[in-house]
Amino acid sequence: MYVAVKGGEAAIRNAHRLLADRRRGDRSVPALRLDQIVEQLALGVDRVMAEGSLYDRELAALAITQARGDMIEAVFLVRAFRTTLPRFGYTRAADTGSMLVERRISATYKDIPGGQLLGPTFDYTHRLLEPEIAAGIDPETPETRDVDEEPMPRVTDILARDELIEEDGSVPAEKTVADISREPLEFPLDRDARLQALARGDEGFLLALAYSTQRGYARSHPFVGEIRIGEIDLELDVPELPFPVPLGRIQVTECQMVNQFKGSAKTPPQFTRGYGLVFGQSERKAMAMSLCDRALRASELGEDVVAPAQDEEFVISHSDNVQATGFVEHLKLPHYVDFQAELDLVRRMRSEVSSGNEAGHREAAE
Amino acid sequence: MRGKTEKQAQRRANMAVLARAPGERLKVLWDSAGLEAEHQIVRGPETGLVTVRGRIGGGGSPFNVGEVTVTRSTVKLAGGAVGHSYALGRDKEKSRIAALFDALWQDVNLQTKLAANIIEPLARELSARDAQTKERTAATRVDFFTMVRGED
Repeated sequence: MYVAVKGGEAAIRNAHRLLADRRRGDRSVPALRLDQIVEQLALGVDRVMAEGSLYDRELAALAITQARGDMIEAVFLVRAFRTTLPRFGYTRAADTGSMLVERRISATYKDIPGGQLLGPTFDYTHRLLEPEIAAGIDPETPETRDVDEEPMPRVTDILARDELIEEDGSVPAEKTVADISREPLEFPLDRDARLQALARGDEGFLLALAYSTQRGYARSHPFVGEIRIGEIDLELDVPELPFPVPLGRIQVTECQMVNQFKGSAKTPPQFTRGYGLVFGQSERKAMAMSLCDRALRASELGEDVVAPAQDEEFVISHSDNVQATGFVEHLKLPHYVDFQAELDLVRRMRSEVSSGNEAGHREAAE
Repeated sequence: MRGKTEKQAQRRANMAVLARAPGERLKVLWDSAGLEAEHQIVRGPETGLVTVRGRIGGGGSPFNVGEVTVTRSTVKLAGGAVGHSYALGRDKEKSRIAALFDALWQDVNLQTKLAANIIEPLARELSARDAQTKERTAATRVDFFTMVRGED
């Protein structure tokens, strides 16, 4: 017999009404507008876009507000929204080489064509809190300088000229591009599927794994060949038009990680690579992604798989924070019946142990 | 044949400007130009997802990075011309205007007016924005210098 227990409708309704009130907070404080979040909490918005796997700044800002600033809840909201929209197709592969660059640095070469451009970075700040921000002081207008229209080739392309580094990665050409949002994951994955999973993976999880590779839990020896942040053009092929339609631009962060060597009897040693590409200005995430990408290529490069960061099934199965939070947080939902069964079981086990003990005592007494 | 290719290139260039234009700005220009015309909405404006593709290592095999919101429309004029628009974001009115622009632009007699009132001002503003981004980024370029220490 199965007896369903219902209840709690009024409690749930009132809880959500209370949530809405707490979300708004003190009514004497002005309510946040989405444009304020988009403009002033931009990197939080970018994180929600990257992990929500949906590039739409205003929706990400709405999700952050609705989630009261809980980033994983915001990511969850964005993922749920995605499922309500029809799909129009896939863009042509975007060219990061022709990016409108806002930041571009290399830790491997000092003098690179196009130069080292710091852009709007936290690097070299003193990490001291600035009370004048709280006072609402208007910052100075940024400095400008004449633009040198020198091209900005990818640093990896410069290294590739002398064959000092392996080529940009490829998967078999006859294979259709993997899409983990359409088909379930099947291990082992090709690198395209892995990169898609990493691009939407949790920044904290990937950061910790990337850090573990630096501390010796995998072969790594990384250098940042290049990080570039800026806007790339998107184009879509559609049946109704005889040319690819320009859709506009999105901001992305790209990281080219250069790692130690791989060679064989036939091929002389070359630097190997890890790649990161993330929506928005998400430098830490792009770096972590590239380190994880490189670590996950262990088998392909003939390295022993000895560390967690090299274990594809472990990394990719646990990198999605929506799945992770879903399974962890479901534990707080009512499990009354399951728990009754467990209670029953533990009582039976205890009574068997104690009756066994009694029998034992009796034997011992005799 | 050459004329056709040129016409397509121009149509595509218009779409590139319209796609990047801020919706509010396009609406202001559109209204003040008095270009609104009777049309039938064939499709949309509807918002959907397009999956962004990058390349492994920047130039290798393609992979899917994530989705973007895109809004599209198709309109038809009384004379039969059909216009399309696709652009990032969820601005439905911008999408409708851009599709109507595309339909009207197929009338050669309207092209000068459409370019002068809509495309040229938008393109100017967009390239001014890009120029500002580049100049501000250029100011953060590192100029390395060598410190000479000691006598010789």
